[in-house]
Amino acid sequence: MELLAQIFHTTANTVYDILPIAAIIFGFQFLVIRRPIPNLKRVLFGFVYVLIGLSLFLLGLEKALFPLGRLMADQLTNPEFIHGVGNALQTLHWSDYYWVYIFAFAIGFSTTIAEPSLMAVAIKANEVSGGAIGIWGLRIAVAIGVAVGISLGSFRIVTGIPIHYFIITGYIIVVIQTFFAPKMIVPLAYDSGGVTTSTVTVPLVAALGLGLAETVPGRNVLIDGFGLIAFASLFPIMSVMAYAQLSEYRTRRSQLIK
Amino acid sequence: MNRALFALLKSMMNSLRDLLPIILVIAFFQLFVLQQPIPNFLDIIIGTLFVILGLTFFIYGLEMGLFPIGESMANAFARKGSVVWLLIFAFALGFGTTVAEPALIAVVGEASQIAASGGMIENTAEAMKSYASGLRYTVAFSVGLAIVIGVLRILKGWSIQYMIMGGYALVVIMTAFAPREIVGIAYDSGGVTTSTITVPLVTALGIGLATAIKGRNPMVDGFGLIAFASLTPMIFVMGYGMII
Repeated sequence: MELLAQIFHTTANTVYDILPIAAIIFGFQFLVIRRPIPNLKRVLFGFVYVLIGLSLFLLGLEKALFPLGRLMADQLTNPEFIHGVGNALQTLHWSDYYWVYIFAFAIGFSTTIAEPSLMAVAIKANEVSGGAIGIWGLRIAVAIGVAVGISLGSFRIVTGIPIHYFIITGYIIVVIQTFFAPKMIVPLAYDSGGVTTSTVTVPLVAALGLGLAETVPGRNVLIDGFGLIAFASLFPIMSVMAYAQLSEYRTRRSQLIK
Repeated sequence: MNRALFALLKSMMNSLRDLLPIILVIAFFQLFVLQQPIPNFLDIIIGTLFVILGLTFFIYGLEMGLFPIGESMANAFARKGSVVWLLIFAFALGFGTTVAEPALIAVVGEASQIAASGGMIENTAEAMKSYASGLRYTVAFSVGLAIVIGVLRILKGWSIQYMIMGGYALVVIMTAFAPREIVGIAYDSGGVTTSTITVPLVTALGIGLATAIKGRNPMVDGFGLIAFASLTPMIFVMGYGMII
Protein backbone atom coordinates (compact mmCIF):
# COMPACT_ATOMS: atom_id res chain seq x y z
CA MET A 1 0.00 0.00 0.00
CA GLU A 2 2.78 2.33 0.96
CA LEU A 3 4.51 1.44 -2.28
CA LEU A 4 1.43 2.44 -4.27
CA ALA A 5 1.32 5.79 -2.53
CA GLN A 6 5.00 6.31 -3.35
CA ILE A 7 4.44 5.40 -6.99
CA PHE A 8 1.58 7.86 -7.16
CA HIS A 9 3.59 10.60 -5.50
CA THR A 10 6.61 10.21 -7.78
CA THR A 11 4.46 10.05 -10.90
CA ALA A 12 2.64 13.22 -9.87
CA ASN A 13 6.00 14.94 -9.38
CA THR A 14 7.24 13.85 -12.77
CA VAL A 15 4.05 15.03 -14.45
CA TYR A 16 4.57 18.37 -12.77
CA ASP A 17 8.12 18.52 -14.16
CA ILE A 18 7.08 17.57 -17.68
CA LEU A 19 4.02 19.80 -17.80
CA PRO A 20 5.71 23.11 -18.70
CA ILE A 21 7.75 21.38 -21.40
CA ALA A 22 4.69 19.69 -22.89
CA ALA A 23 2.78 22.98 -22.73
CA ILE A 24 5.52 24.81 -24.63
CA ILE A 25 5.87 22.11 -27.27
CA PHE A 26 2.20 21.62 -27.97
CA GLY A 27 1.46 25.33 -27.61
CA PHE A 28 3.98 26.22 -30.31
CA GLN A 29 2.93 23.27 -32.43
CA PHE A 30 -0.71 24.31 -32.53
CA LEU A 31 -0.45 28.10 -32.36
CA VAL A 32 2.67 28.87 -34.38
CA ILE A 33 3.49 25.94 -36.60
CA ARG A 34 -0.18 25.03 -37.10
CA ARG A 35 0.53 21.77 -38.74
CA PRO A 36 -0.53 18.34 -37.48
CA ILE A 37 2.24 16.42 -35.77
CA PRO A 38 3.33 13.45 -37.86
CA ASN A 39 2.52 10.16 -36.11
CA LEU A 40 0.75 12.02 -33.31
CA LYS A 41 -0.40 8.83 -31.62
CA ARG A 42 3.09 7.39 -31.58
CA VAL A 43 4.57 10.61 -30.20
CA LEU A 44 1.99 10.76 -27.44
CA PHE A 45 2.69 7.17 -26.54
CA GLY A 46 6.36 8.07 -26.48
CA PHE A 47 5.67 10.89 -24.01
CA VAL A 48 3.69 8.52 -21.80
CA TYR A 49 6.56 6.03 -21.90
CA VAL A 50 9.04 8.73 -20.95
CA LEU A 51 6.77 9.72 -18.09
CA ILE A 52 6.36 6.14 -16.81
CA GLY A 53 10.02 5.40 -17.33
CA LEU A 54 11.28 8.47 -15.51
CA SER A 55 8.88 7.95 -12.59
CA LEU A 56 9.87 4.31 -12.11
CA PHE A 57 13.52 5.24 -12.51
CA LEU A 58 13.38 7.97 -9.86
CA LEU A 59 11.32 5.85 -7.51
CA GLY A 60 13.72 2.94 -7.81
CA LEU A 61 16.72 5.20 -7.21
CA GLU A 62 15.08 6.74 -4.17
CA LYS A 63 14.23 3.29 -2.82
CA ALA A 64 17.42 1.44 -3.52
CA LEU A 65 20.49 3.38 -4.46
CA PHE A 66 20.27 6.87 -3.00
CA PRO A 67 19.82 5.95 0.68
CA LEU A 68 22.69 3.50 0.48
CA GLY A 69 24.88 5.87 -1.51
CA ARG A 70 24.29 8.73 0.91
CA LEU A 71 24.88 6.47 3.88
CA MET A 72 28.14 5.32 2.38
CA ALA A 73 29.28 8.84 1.61
CA ASP A 74 28.57 9.59 5.26
CA GLN A 75 30.41 6.56 6.57
CA LEU A 76 33.43 6.99 4.35
CA THR A 77 33.93 10.58 5.44
CA ASN A 78 33.40 9.73 9.09
CA PRO A 79 36.59 10.55 11.06
CA GLU A 80 36.36 7.25 12.95
CA PHE A 81 36.53 5.32 9.71
CA ILE A 82 39.43 7.35 8.42
CA HIS A 83 41.57 7.36 11.58
CA GLY A 84 40.60 4.00 12.90
CA VAL A 85 38.56 3.94 16.11
CA GLY A 86 40.28 5.39 19.14
CA ASN A 87 42.82 7.80 17.71
CA ALA A 88 40.41 10.37 16.37
CA LEU A 89 42.49 13.28 17.58
CA GLN A 90 45.45 12.74 15.30
CA THR A 91 46.00 15.34 12.65
CA LEU A 92 45.18 14.05 9.23
CA HIS A 93 47.10 14.20 6.03
CA TRP A 94 45.19 14.57 2.78
CA SER A 95 46.38 11.12 1.72
CA ASP A 96 44.51 9.52 4.64
CA TYR A 97 41.33 10.02 2.71
CA TYR A 98 42.32 7.58 -0.02
CA TRP A 99 39.13 5.52 0.25
CA VAL A 100 37.14 8.68 -0.36
CA TYR A 101 39.03 9.36 -3.61
CA ILE A 102 38.59 5.77 -4.76
CA PHE A 103 34.89 5.87 -3.91
CA ALA A 104 34.51 9.22 -5.69
CA PHE A 105 36.14 7.79 -8.80
CA ALA A 106 34.07 4.60 -8.75
CA ILE A 107 30.75 6.29 -8.04
CA GLY A 108 31.41 9.00 -10.64
CA PHE A 109 32.14 6.41 -13.30
CA SER A 110 29.27 4.09 -12.51
CA THR A 111 26.56 6.74 -12.13
CA THR A 112 27.57 8.32 -15.43
CA ILE A 113 27.20 5.00 -17.23
CA ALA A 114 23.62 4.84 -15.92
CA GLU A 115 22.77 8.48 -16.75
CA PRO A 116 19.75 8.55 -19.11
CA SER A 117 20.47 11.94 -20.70
CA LEU A 118 23.97 10.82 -21.64
CA MET A 119 22.45 7.76 -23.33
CA ALA A 120 20.19 10.07 -25.32
CA VAL A 121 23.09 12.18 -26.53
CA ALA A 122 25.23 9.12 -27.28
CA ILE A 123 22.44 7.56 -29.36
CA LYS A 124 22.08 10.78 -31.35
CA ALA A 125 25.82 11.25 -31.80
CA ASN A 126 26.16 7.72 -33.07
CA GLU A 127 23.32 8.25 -35.53
CA VAL A 128 24.53 11.62 -36.80
CA SER A 129 28.17 10.60 -37.14
CA GLY A 130 27.13 7.56 -39.17
CA GLY A 131 28.58 5.24 -36.56
CA ALA A 132 31.98 6.94 -36.36
CA ILE A 133 31.34 7.76 -32.72
CA GLY A 134 30.51 4.63 -30.79
CA ILE A 135 27.77 4.80 -28.18
CA TRP A 136 29.89 2.95 -25.65
CA GLY A 137 33.08 4.76 -26.57
CA LEU A 138 31.46 8.10 -25.85
CA ARG A 139 29.80 6.94 -22.65
CA ILE A 140 32.99 5.47 -21.27
CA ALA A 141 35.02 8.54 -22.24
CA VAL A 142 32.54 10.78 -20.43
CA ALA A 143 32.40 8.45 -17.44
CA ILE A 144 36.17 8.52 -17.07
CA GLY A 145 36.07 12.31 -17.20
CA VAL A 146 33.44 12.49 -14.48
CA ALA A 147 35.32 9.96 -12.35
CA VAL A 148 38.57 11.90 -12.52
CA GLY A 149 36.71 15.17 -11.97
CA ILE A 150 34.92 14.02 -8.85
CA SER A 151 37.95 12.47 -7.22
CA LEU A 152 39.96 15.61 -7.92
CA GLY A 153 37.05 17.61 -6.53
CA SER A 154 37.11 15.60 -3.30
CA PHE A 155 40.84 16.18 -3.06
CA ARG A 156 40.14 19.89 -3.35
CA ILE A 157 37.58 19.78 -0.53
CA VAL A 158 40.03 17.90 1.69
CA THR A 159 42.91 20.26 1.02
CA GLY A 160 40.83 23.43 0.82
CA ILE A 161 42.54 24.81 -2.29
CA PRO A 162 40.26 27.46 -3.84
CA ILE A 163 38.09 26.01 -6.58
CA HIS A 164 38.81 28.60 -9.26
CA TYR A 165 42.47 27.56 -9.59
CA PHE A 166 41.31 24.14 -10.76
CA ILE A 167 38.53 25.41 -12.96
CA ILE A 168 40.66 28.04 -14.67
CA THR A 169 43.46 25.53 -15.28
CA GLY A 170 40.81 23.19 -16.69
CA TYR A 171 39.61 25.93 -19.05
CA ILE A 172 43.12 26.51 -20.31
CA ILE A 173 43.55 22.81 -21.04
CA VAL A 174 40.19 22.72 -22.83
CA VAL A 175 41.18 25.69 -24.99
CA ILE A 176 44.51 24.11 -25.94
CA GLN A 177 42.85 20.78 -26.70
CA THR A 178 40.26 22.50 -28.86
CA PHE A 179 42.98 23.53 -31.30
CA PHE A 180 44.29 20.00 -31.71
CA ALA A 181 41.15 17.86 -31.48
CA PRO A 182 39.31 16.74 -34.65
CA LYS A 183 36.94 19.54 -35.55
CA MET A 184 33.78 17.48 -35.60
CA ILE A 185 34.11 16.34 -31.99
CA VAL A 186 34.44 19.81 -30.45
CA PRO A 187 30.74 20.75 -30.12
CA LEU A 188 29.84 17.29 -28.86
CA ALA A 189 32.65 17.44 -26.31
CA TYR A 190 31.44 20.83 -25.03
CA ASP A 191 27.94 19.39 -24.76
CA SER A 192 29.03 16.34 -22.84
CA GLY A 193 30.05 18.57 -19.97
CA GLY A 194 26.46 19.57 -19.38
CA VAL A 195 24.69 16.28 -19.93
CA THR A 196 26.64 14.20 -17.47
CA THR A 197 25.21 15.67 -14.37
CA SER A 198 21.54 15.00 -13.98
CA THR A 199 19.22 12.52 -12.37
CA VAL A 200 21.63 9.92 -11.07
CA THR A 201 24.88 11.74 -10.49
CA VAL A 202 23.83 14.98 -8.80
CA PRO A 203 22.19 13.60 -5.64
CA LEU A 204 24.96 11.11 -4.87
CA VAL A 205 27.78 13.49 -5.65
CA ALA A 206 26.21 16.33 -3.68
CA ALA A 207 25.92 14.00 -0.67
CA LEU A 208 29.60 13.14 -0.95
CA GLY A 209 30.65 16.80 -1.15
CA LEU A 210 28.54 17.92 1.78
CA GLY A 211 29.64 14.91 3.88
CA LEU A 212 33.29 15.69 3.23
CA ALA A 213 32.99 19.40 3.94
CA GLU A 214 31.23 18.59 7.22
CA THR A 215 33.87 16.22 8.56
CA VAL A 216 37.15 17.65 7.33
CA PRO A 217 38.37 20.11 9.98
CA GLY A 218 38.51 23.72 8.88
CA ARG A 219 36.04 23.37 6.01
CA ASN A 220 32.81 25.30 5.77
CA VAL A 221 29.90 23.23 4.48
CA LEU A 222 28.35 26.17 2.73
CA ILE A 223 31.51 27.27 0.95
CA ASP A 224 33.44 24.06 0.41
CA GLY A 225 30.57 21.60 0.04
CA PHE A 226 29.85 22.78 -3.47
CA GLY A 227 31.88 22.53 -6.60
CA LEU A 228 31.93 18.80 -7.22
CA ILE A 229 29.31 19.17 -9.94
CA ALA A 230 31.47 21.81 -11.59
CA PHE A 231 34.38 19.37 -11.71
CA ALA A 232 32.07 16.67 -13.03
CA SER A 233 30.97 18.90 -15.88
CA LEU A 234 34.41 20.20 -16.83
CA PHE A 235 36.48 17.03 -17.06
CA PRO A 236 34.30 15.14 -19.55
CA ILE A 237 35.02 17.91 -22.07
CA MET A 238 38.70 17.01 -21.87
CA SER A 239 38.18 13.25 -21.84
CA VAL A 240 35.86 13.29 -24.86
CA MET A 241 38.32 15.36 -26.88
CA ALA A 242 41.12 13.08 -25.76
CA TYR A 243 39.06 10.08 -26.85
CA ALA A 244 38.60 11.59 -30.31
CA GLN A 245 42.29 12.47 -30.55
CA LEU A 246 43.26 8.95 -29.58
CA SER A 247 40.98 7.29 -32.10
CA GLU A 248 42.13 9.68 -34.83
CA TYR A 249 45.74 8.89 -33.98
CA ARG A 250 45.03 5.16 -34.08
CA THR A 251 43.34 5.26 -37.49
CA ARG A 252 46.12 7.39 -38.89
CA ARG A 253 48.74 4.98 -37.63
CA SER A 254 46.95 1.91 -38.99
CA GLN A 255 46.69 3.67 -42.36
CA LEU A 256 50.39 4.35 -42.31
CA ILE A 257 51.15 0.71 -41.65
CA LYS A 258 49.03 -0.34 -44.58
CA MET B 1 3.92 -11.13 -29.88
CA ASN B 2 6.83 -13.35 -29.09
CA ARG B 3 9.13 -11.00 -30.92
CA ALA B 4 7.92 -7.96 -29.04
CA LEU B 5 8.46 -9.78 -25.78
CA PHE B 6 11.93 -10.74 -26.86
CA ALA B 7 12.75 -7.12 -27.76
CA LEU B 8 11.49 -5.95 -24.38
CA LEU B 9 13.55 -8.58 -22.61
CA LYS B 10 16.60 -7.57 -24.58
CA SER B 11 16.29 -3.90 -23.74
CA MET B 12 15.76 -4.79 -20.10
CA MET B 13 18.99 -6.73 -20.19
CA ASN B 14 20.64 -3.62 -21.62
CA SER B 15 19.30 -1.53 -18.76
CA LEU B 16 20.57 -4.07 -16.27
CA ARG B 17 24.00 -3.84 -17.87
CA ASP B 18 23.91 -0.03 -17.58
CA LEU B 19 23.11 -0.31 -13.93
CA LEU B 20 25.52 -3.07 -13.03
CA PRO B 21 28.51 -0.79 -12.33
CA ILE B 22 26.65 1.13 -9.62
CA ILE B 23 25.49 -2.08 -7.99
CA LEU B 24 29.01 -3.48 -8.02
CA VAL B 25 30.57 -0.30 -6.61
CA ILE B 26 28.07 -0.02 -3.79
CA ALA B 27 28.27 -3.73 -2.95
CA PHE B 28 32.07 -3.68 -2.96
CA PHE B 29 32.37 -0.68 -0.68
CA GLN B 30 29.64 -1.87 1.64
CA LEU B 31 30.96 -5.42 2.04
CA PHE B 32 34.71 -5.05 1.76
CA VAL B 33 35.64 -1.51 2.74
CA LEU B 34 33.04 -0.52 5.29
CA GLN B 35 32.38 -4.15 6.15
CA GLN B 36 28.75 -3.69 6.94
CA PRO B 37 25.76 -5.76 5.90
CA ILE B 38 23.44 -4.24 3.32
CA PRO B 39 20.32 -2.92 5.06
CA ASN B 40 16.79 -3.43 3.69
CA PHE B 41 17.83 -5.97 1.17
CA LEU B 42 14.29 -6.49 -0.16
CA ASP B 43 13.77 -2.76 -0.74
CA ILE B 44 16.96 -2.66 -2.73
CA ILE B 45 15.94 -5.54 -4.96
CA ILE B 46 12.55 -3.93 -5.64
CA GLY B 47 14.14 -0.54 -6.22
CA THR B 48 16.69 -1.93 -8.65
CA LEU B 49 13.91 -3.67 -10.56
CA PHE B 50 12.08 -0.34 -10.81
CA VAL B 51 15.17 1.42 -12.07
CA ILE B 52 15.69 -1.21 -14.77
CA LEU B 53 12.06 -1.04 -15.90
CA GLY B 54 12.13 2.75 -15.80
CA LEU B 55 15.27 3.03 -17.90
CA THR B 56 13.80 0.63 -20.47
CA PHE B 57 10.61 2.65 -20.80
CA PHE B 58 12.53 5.92 -20.93
CA ILE B 59 14.73 4.83 -23.83
CA TYR B 60 11.67 3.52 -25.71
CA GLY B 61 9.81 6.78 -25.18
CA LEU B 62 12.85 8.79 -26.18
CA GLU B 63 12.97 7.24 -29.64
CA MET B 64 9.19 7.34 -30.06
CA GLY B 65 8.31 10.74 -28.63
CA LEU B 66 11.02 13.19 -27.63
CA PHE B 67 13.46 12.79 -30.52
CA PRO B 68 10.83 12.84 -33.32
CA ILE B 69 8.98 15.86 -31.95
CA GLY B 70 12.15 17.84 -31.41
CA GLU B 71 13.28 17.17 -34.94
CA SER B 72 9.91 17.68 -36.61
CA MET B 73 9.52 21.04 -34.88
CA ALA B 74 13.00 22.10 -35.92
CA ASN B 75 12.10 21.10 -39.46
CA ALA B 76 8.81 22.97 -39.43
CA PHE B 77 10.48 26.14 -38.13
CA ALA B 78 13.21 25.89 -40.73
CA ARG B 79 10.69 25.48 -43.53
CA LYS B 80 8.47 28.25 -42.26
CA GLY B 81 11.47 30.53 -42.26
CA SER B 82 10.32 32.54 -39.28
CA VAL B 83 13.45 33.27 -37.31
CA VAL B 84 11.65 35.35 -34.70
CA TRP B 85 9.26 32.57 -33.76
CA LEU B 86 12.09 30.07 -33.70
CA LEU B 87 14.04 32.25 -31.28
CA ILE B 88 10.98 32.79 -29.10
CA PHE B 89 10.48 29.04 -29.05
CA ALA B 90 14.13 28.50 -28.14
CA PHE B 91 13.88 30.97 -25.28
CA ALA B 92 10.63 29.46 -24.00
CA LEU B 93 12.10 25.98 -24.10
CA GLY B 94 15.19 27.02 -22.16
CA PHE B 95 13.38 29.17 -19.64
CA GLY B 96 10.40 26.83 -19.19
CA THR B 97 12.39 23.67 -18.64
CA THR B 98 14.77 25.31 -16.20
CA VAL B 99 12.50 27.36 -13.99
CA ALA B 100 10.73 24.27 -12.60
CA GLU B 101 13.84 22.11 -12.37
CA PRO B 102 13.96 20.50 -8.88
CA ALA B 103 17.77 20.43 -8.77
CA LEU B 104 17.86 24.17 -9.44
CA ILE B 105 15.30 24.89 -6.71
CA ALA B 106 17.48 22.97 -4.25
CA VAL B 107 20.62 24.83 -5.31
CA VAL B 108 19.15 28.34 -5.07
CA GLY B 109 17.83 27.48 -1.60
CA GLU B 110 21.34 26.69 -0.49
CA ALA B 111 22.71 29.77 -2.19
CA SER B 112 20.32 31.98 -0.25
CA GLN B 113 21.59 30.44 3.00
CA ILE B 114 25.13 31.23 1.99
CA ALA B 115 24.20 34.78 1.15
CA ALA B 116 22.45 35.21 4.49
CA SER B 117 25.28 33.75 6.55
CA GLY B 118 27.81 35.78 4.60
CA GLY B 119 25.95 38.98 5.40
CA MET B 120 25.12 39.81 1.77
CA ILE B 121 21.42 39.90 2.57
CA GLU B 122 19.46 40.16 5.80
CA ASN B 123 19.22 36.94 7.72
CA THR B 124 15.44 36.65 7.57
CA ALA B 125 13.29 34.02 5.93
CA GLU B 126 11.71 36.64 3.74
CA ALA B 127 14.94 38.11 2.43
CA MET B 128 16.27 34.64 1.74
CA LYS B 129 13.14 33.67 -0.13
CA SER B 130 13.20 36.67 -2.40
CA TYR B 131 16.94 36.17 -3.00
CA ALA B 132 16.30 32.52 -3.92
CA SER B 133 13.48 33.21 -6.34
CA GLY B 134 15.39 36.08 -7.91
CA LEU B 135 18.31 33.76 -8.47
CA ARG B 136 16.05 31.04 -9.87
CA TYR B 137 14.58 33.38 -12.49
CA THR B 138 18.04 34.69 -13.29
CA VAL B 139 19.31 31.20 -14.01
CA ALA B 140 16.21 30.27 -16.03
CA PHE B 141 16.59 33.47 -18.04
CA SER B 142 20.24 32.71 -18.67
CA VAL B 143 19.41 29.23 -19.96
CA GLY B 144 16.73 30.67 -22.25
CA LEU B 145 19.27 33.16 -23.54
CA ALA B 146 21.81 30.37 -24.00
CA ILE B 147 19.47 28.35 -26.21
CA VAL B 148 18.69 31.49 -28.23
CA ILE B 149 22.41 32.16 -28.76
CA GLY B 150 22.99 28.50 -29.61
CA VAL B 151 20.18 28.48 -32.17
CA LEU B 152 21.46 31.71 -33.71
CA ARG B 153 24.86 30.08 -33.99
CA ILE B 154 23.36 27.16 -35.91
CA LEU B 155 21.46 29.52 -38.21
CA LYS B 156 24.50 31.66 -38.96
CA GLY B 157 27.06 28.87 -38.90
CA TRP B 158 29.35 30.61 -36.41
CA SER B 159 32.05 28.34 -35.08
CA ILE B 160 31.50 27.31 -31.50
CA GLN B 161 34.96 27.40 -30.02
CA TYR B 162 35.48 31.16 -30.00
CA MET B 163 32.09 31.70 -28.39
CA ILE B 164 32.79 29.15 -25.67
CA MET B 165 36.26 30.59 -25.11
CA GLY B 166 34.75 34.04 -24.81
CA GLY B 167 32.37 32.60 -22.23
CA TYR B 168 35.27 31.06 -20.31
CA ALA B 169 37.11 34.35 -20.34
CA LEU B 170 34.03 36.04 -18.92
CA VAL B 171 33.74 33.39 -16.20
CA VAL B 172 37.38 33.89 -15.25
CA ILE B 173 37.07 37.67 -15.12
CA MET B 174 33.90 37.53 -13.07
CA THR B 175 35.45 35.03 -10.66
CA ALA B 176 37.97 37.68 -9.73
CA PHE B 177 35.25 40.13 -8.75
CA ALA B 178 32.43 37.96 -7.43
CA PRO B 179 32.06 37.35 -3.69
CA ARG B 180 34.05 34.25 -2.78
CA GLU B 181 31.04 32.55 -1.21
CA ILE B 182 29.05 32.51 -4.41
CA VAL B 183 31.77 31.11 -6.67
CA GLY B 184 31.31 27.42 -5.80
CA ILE B 185 27.56 27.59 -6.24
CA ALA B 186 27.88 29.53 -9.48
CA TYR B 187 30.20 26.90 -10.96
CA ASP B 188 27.82 24.14 -9.89
CA SER B 189 24.76 25.86 -11.30
CA GLY B 190 26.06 25.28 -14.80
CA GLY B 191 25.80 21.56 -14.30
CA VAL B 192 22.43 21.27 -12.63
CA THR B 193 20.30 23.16 -15.11
CA THR B 194 20.14 20.56 -17.83
CA SER B 195 17.63 17.87 -16.92
CA THR B 196 16.90 14.45 -18.31
CA ILE B 197 14.01 15.66 -20.46
CA THR B 198 15.61 18.91 -21.59
CA VAL B 199 18.75 17.27 -22.94
CA PRO B 200 17.11 14.94 -25.51
CA LEU B 201 14.71 17.67 -26.65
CA VAL B 202 17.34 20.34 -27.04
CA THR B 203 19.73 17.92 -28.75
CA ALA B 204 17.03 16.87 -31.21
CA LEU B 205 16.22 20.54 -31.85
CA GLY B 206 19.81 21.40 -32.66
CA ILE B 207 20.39 18.40 -34.88
CA GLY B 208 17.04 18.89 -36.60
CA LEU B 209 17.92 22.51 -37.40
CA ALA B 210 21.40 21.68 -38.62
CA THR B 211 19.96 18.96 -40.85
CA ALA B 212 17.21 21.14 -42.29
CA ILE B 213 19.39 24.15 -43.11
CA LYS B 214 21.52 23.86 -46.21
CA GLY B 215 25.26 24.00 -45.71
CA ARG B 216 25.18 22.95 -42.05
CA ASN B 217 26.69 19.73 -40.85
CA PRO B 218 24.65 18.10 -38.07
CA MET B 219 27.78 16.84 -36.34
CA VAL B 220 29.64 20.16 -36.34
CA ASP B 221 26.67 22.53 -36.05
CA GLY B 222 23.96 20.43 -34.41
CA PHE B 223 25.60 19.92 -31.05
CA GLY B 224 26.56 22.70 -28.71
CA LEU B 225 23.23 23.95 -27.38
CA ILE B 226 23.76 22.20 -24.03
CA ALA B 227 27.24 23.68 -23.83
CA PHE B 228 25.84 27.21 -23.90
CA ALA B 229 23.13 26.22 -21.42
CA SER B 230 25.74 25.12 -18.92
CA LEU B 231 27.98 28.15 -19.41
CA THR B 232 25.63 31.13 -19.12
CA PRO B 233 24.24 30.22 -15.65
CA MET B 234 27.75 30.53 -14.19
CA ILE B 235 28.11 34.04 -15.55
CA PHE B 236 24.65 35.13 -14.49
CA VAL B 237 24.83 33.64 -10.99
CA MET B 238 28.11 35.43 -10.31
CA GLY B 239 26.62 38.60 -11.73
CA TYR B 240 23.63 38.20 -9.45
CA GLY B 241 25.94 37.70 -6.49
CA MET B 242 27.84 40.88 -7.35
CA ILE B 243 24.81 43.09 -7.80
CA ILE B 244 22.88 42.00 -4.72
